[in-house]
Amino acid sequence: MNSQKKKHMTLSGFPLKNSYTPEDLSGFEYEKNLGNPGEYPFTRGIRQEMYRDSLWVMGQYSGFASAEEANKRFRYLIEQGQTGFSIALDLPTQVGLDSDDEMAEGEVGKVGVAIDSLEDIEQLFEGIDLEKVRQIRTTANANSIMMLGLYVAYAKKKGIDPNKIGFFLQNDSLKEYICRGTYIFPPDVAVKLSADVIEYCANHLPNWTPIAVSGYHIREAGATAAEEIAFTMANMMAYFDSAQQRGVDVDQAARNIYFFLNSKPDFLEEVAKFRAARRAYAKIMSERYGCEDKETKSLKIFVFTSGASLTAEQPLNNIVRVTIETMAAVAGGVQTISTSSFDEAYAIPTEEAVKVALRTQQIIAYESGITETVDFMGGSYALEKLTDEIEKDIFNILAEIDKNNGAVDCIEKGYFQRKLADNAYQYQKSIDEKERIVVGSNMFRDEREPEIPIFELSNDTEEQQRVKLEKLRENRDNIKVERALNRIKQAATDGENLGDPMIEAIEAYATLGEITRVLKDVYGVYKPLKIY
Amino acid sequence: MKVLIAKPGLDGHDRGAKVIARAFEEAGAEVIYTGIQSSIDDIVDIVEKEQVDVVGISILSGAHNTLMPKIMEKIKEREIEDVVFILGGIIPQKDIPRLKELGVDEVFGPGTPLDECVEYAFGQVMAIKAEKVVEDMSQGKRGKTLNF
Repeated sequence: MNSQKKKHMTLSGFPLKNSYTPEDLSGFEYEKNLGNPGEYPFTRGIRQEMYRDSLWVMGQYSGFASAEEANKRFRYLIEQGQTGFSIALDLPTQVGLDSDDEMAEGEVGKVGVAIDSLEDIEQLFEGIDLEKVRQIRTTANANSIMMLGLYVAYAKKKGIDPNKIGFFLQNDSLKEYICRGTYIFPPDVAVKLSADVIEYCANHLPNWTPIAVSGYHIREAGATAAEEIAFTMANMMAYFDSAQQRGVDVDQAARNIYFFLNSKPDFLEEVAKFRAARRAYAKIMSERYGCEDKETKSLKIFVFTSGASLTAEQPLNNIVRVTIETMAAVAGGVQTISTSSFDEAYAIPTEEAVKVALRTQQIIAYESGITETVDFMGGSYALEKLTDEIEKDIFNILAEIDKNNGAVDCIEKGYFQRKLADNAYQYQKSIDEKERIVVGSNMFRDEREPEIPIFELSNDTEEQQRVKLEKLRENRDNIKVERALNRIKQAATDGENLGDPMIEAIEAYATLGEITRVLKDVYGVYKPLKIY
Repeated sequence: MKVLIAKPGLDGHDRGAKVIARAFEEAGAEVIYTGIQSSIDDIVDIVEKEQVDVVGISILSGAHNTLMPKIMEKIKEREIEDVVFILGGIIPQKDIPRLKELGVDEVFGPGTPLDECVEYAFGQVMAIKAEKVVEDMSQGKRGKTLNF
């Protein structure tokens, strides 16, 4: 490689030295900076025994087409040894449109499964023993309170205690405005609804994960490692400040929360990032919220390997990228991992590609040996220096966000959006100019067309859902639905927690689209900024 | 030179759209970006009203086979001509011939350098304008100055 062009820095731009020595760590104190695994500030990990005691949850992100189709894929993955799963929802579901809505045309069942009502959830979970699955995640954000309603209503109908199922809600609607895009209502309403879920879980479903505050998408959209963590922290503070104002005890409500983070191929930087995130989090929970419970100060991390790091060119190379990213997550001591499939730059993964992704985790877990010793890279001069640098940067960015009046104001002013757009553009330039190398893409290209099997979706999901909805609206008790929808409207108008009225409406088989329409009447909709 | 970058449908993956919008701007074009979740009618309205030279559409959700025919149909209905259509996103190879039949000039997948995209679009616009000049001259009209 042309060494004049190569800049020595991490993916996020931290300058790197050729070697590090004790001099780089002046003032370093073991107890203060690291602590033993399972001890404050949890830099080395949140558990003493870590993976010896229990491996991370291996839960792939999947779901497409109809609930019946998605159910088949879930069962297949459980048979293959997956210990958790994540329900990918299609876009209409995520933005609260029924499958027969005009705006939903062409999108039904495409990037996830279509969920219109409780009926779809019943089909989705058919034949799966939910109490045996360690973790069930979803991508509901703007409508997370509806997802809560669906789960509770389902469990009640099946006679299971919902608190005994490992439900894990994403429920982070603020990052939708920053980058992910499935917002519905204005940002201040988003905070209210996310806080509703947090409050409801604290009171009724203490075992659930009420929120997975997400830096993943922020990083995918262009953030640096430190921005990924800092923006996530800022969003978390918006939710928990709001919950605290209502009298929710953060020490209890935040016990099971997660950060949903990215893992990119820059191995050292990612390991340092996970460690810095835990240390910064422990400080914030104890200093800002006065938390005393050790569990609440321990940051649980769910990692999804970076989809944006995958290339369409030479797709099998992606297996190697995912391996590096997964190893970084394991070296960084995370609790849940979802690995990307090598064919994701083409379509929804094939069964074979998903299996390789799961096997990648299993090989690291059972063959690599890196699970035996907790934080085995801890004490490396380079790693400790970078961990310090990232943490410092996190707090600097947080101070800037604070100066701008917190996450909601920053979203409304476009602060985050502008940063991400700038970074993304600069990154692309550096790829085009070969300042950064992506193997097989801007170097070592192979002009032959890749030949891999591509997953094909059946195209009739939209029609199936349409028919299903028509029947549903005919067969349910529409007076009961109307009453339940009115109750939601009243509760929303009065600023009450929407948990209970939501469950009632879903039990009456109101559709997500109907519920969303009622809420839009009360709250209005978000008009996005068009920053590029 | 006017460029519209549009995101129809519900897809929120807008990193590519924003980056390409910026690339066109840096190359000297006037850029209009619709933001995500823009309706097909809004997109076609902008193309017509603003008389854009290039329309770049970005779709990563797999909805291109539904959305593109609708957009191109409305463009034809309104007799909008001489506009370069480029499409970016996750578009399977096998869908490309049909999209081109509909009037999409080129499809750019992940990994395409920005310059390649911009140069292609500018080249097509130049060709269209040059053709116009020749046409005007052959009809005895005075050649208009190329307007960029």
